[in-house]
Amino acid sequence: MNILSEIAGSLERGEDDRVDALVRQALEERCAPLEILNQGLIAGMDVVGEQFRRREIFLPDVLLAARAMYVGLDLLKPLLAQEGVPSAGRIVLGSVHGDLHDIGKNLVGIMLKGAGFEVMDLGADVPAARFVDAAQEHGASVIGLSALLTTTMPVMKEVVELVRARGLAGRVKVIVGGAPVSEAWAREIGADSHGYDAANAVERVRALVAGRA
Amino acid sequence: MRERVVWTPADSRPERAEVLRLQGVPPEPGLPPRIGALVEAALAAYLELAEPRALVGGISREEFREVYRGEGRNAPETPLEAIFAGAERLALFTATVGSGVTARIRDLFGRNEPALAAMLDSVASAAADRLTALLGSLYPALNGGASANGTRVLAYSPGYCGWHVSGQRALFAFLDPGEIGVTLNASCLMEPLKSVSGVLVAGPARIHRFAPAFPFCPECREKPCHERIASLSRP
Repeated sequence: MNILSEIAGSLERGEDDRVDALVRQALEERCAPLEILNQGLIAGMDVVGEQFRRREIFLPDVLLAARAMYVGLDLLKPLLAQEGVPSAGRIVLGSVHGDLHDIGKNLVGIMLKGAGFEVMDLGADVPAARFVDAAQEHGASVIGLSALLTTTMPVMKEVVELVRARGLAGRVKVIVGGAPVSEAWAREIGADSHGYDAANAVERVRALVAGRA
Repeated sequence: MRERVVWTPADSRPERAEVLRLQGVPPEPGLPPRIGALVEAALAAYLELAEPRALVGGISREEFREVYRGEGRNAPETPLEAIFAGAERLALFTATVGSGVTARIRDLFGRNEPALAAMLDSVASAAADRLTALLGSLYPALNGGASANGTRVLAYSPGYCGWHVSGQRALFAFLDPGEIGVTLNASCLMEPLKSVSGVLVAGPARIHRFAPAFPFCPECREKPCHERIASLSRP
């Protein structure tokens, strides 16, 4: 088994100390950081994501793997930045204004990072304009909005309208999610996509970035 | 009747099985040791940080009708209208596990401990639900005496079963639970986050039974009515 497969396997088992040691070893052995990222960390997270979708493993397993992913990513990030390697995409994420729930949003962020996306997490209780400002400032192609209350869902519509008003429609896509949020609501407010859960949100964001949605 | 109730964290400690259910993990046996260790760590954090307490206030059927009407945003037809019409007694309640648990959850996410953070979140959610159940069993005593044979006390909350979440405003205006540290923001969200509120309905078991076939039922993911109605079959 080569070291990249070992990294992926250790990540799948949530062995963060082992991932740390293997990534350091791979760098010492002159593996390219991008290769370690794609064939080690992201390959491992892809397996974890697939197992989770098939219900072979559970949320805690995914989150333990994510912790291991972050450990490896922290080592690679400065090197990838030096080499100017682009991420899978840049996403602005947050819970909308008035909503302090952030667990669901955090899980989506973790899964997106695990899939190689760069995530700008604005936190909770985020006003509509801040999402759009952040997308423009960071050159993000997707805005992810989370709401757990029916009373805060209208803020999602404000964001969609603001994206249009600033002439960003098409370049900046909006995906919405949260317990009371449905596909029908996404269509009604003109959002580009709806994520049913964290794993589904990653698939949808991938499709948005690839221009398939 | 207006009573403040304070519990120890151990009183409100949820069952492991309920925490695992919220995490989407099948019940034991066969639980991987690393997940078992996470549950235990989250339960230990809960016992260290929780400050469970509640406020319960009696309310007449007429007064509750006004509270329930709220801002007029309920579904056109809801099960609770028929349920509270047949109630023997009603009480509004707010219960919370306190702010320390929520702060620790955020801290854990910030420190790259998402698995423990999410597990503690599930522990706190299960504990908040447990407080509601504890209040249901305490209610006859709080209300000054035994209930009639066959009386069951079940809780219903704004945001579920057609009771619009904006109903929280009227509920908070009547109960005023600031004294136990629970407030409502402009979006009708309670702070601390791991808090529950609603109405305790005491009455014969039959009034609590309804068919979940209302227009809003298909969109409901949590389906709290299933467990509530199932509980009526247990002693």
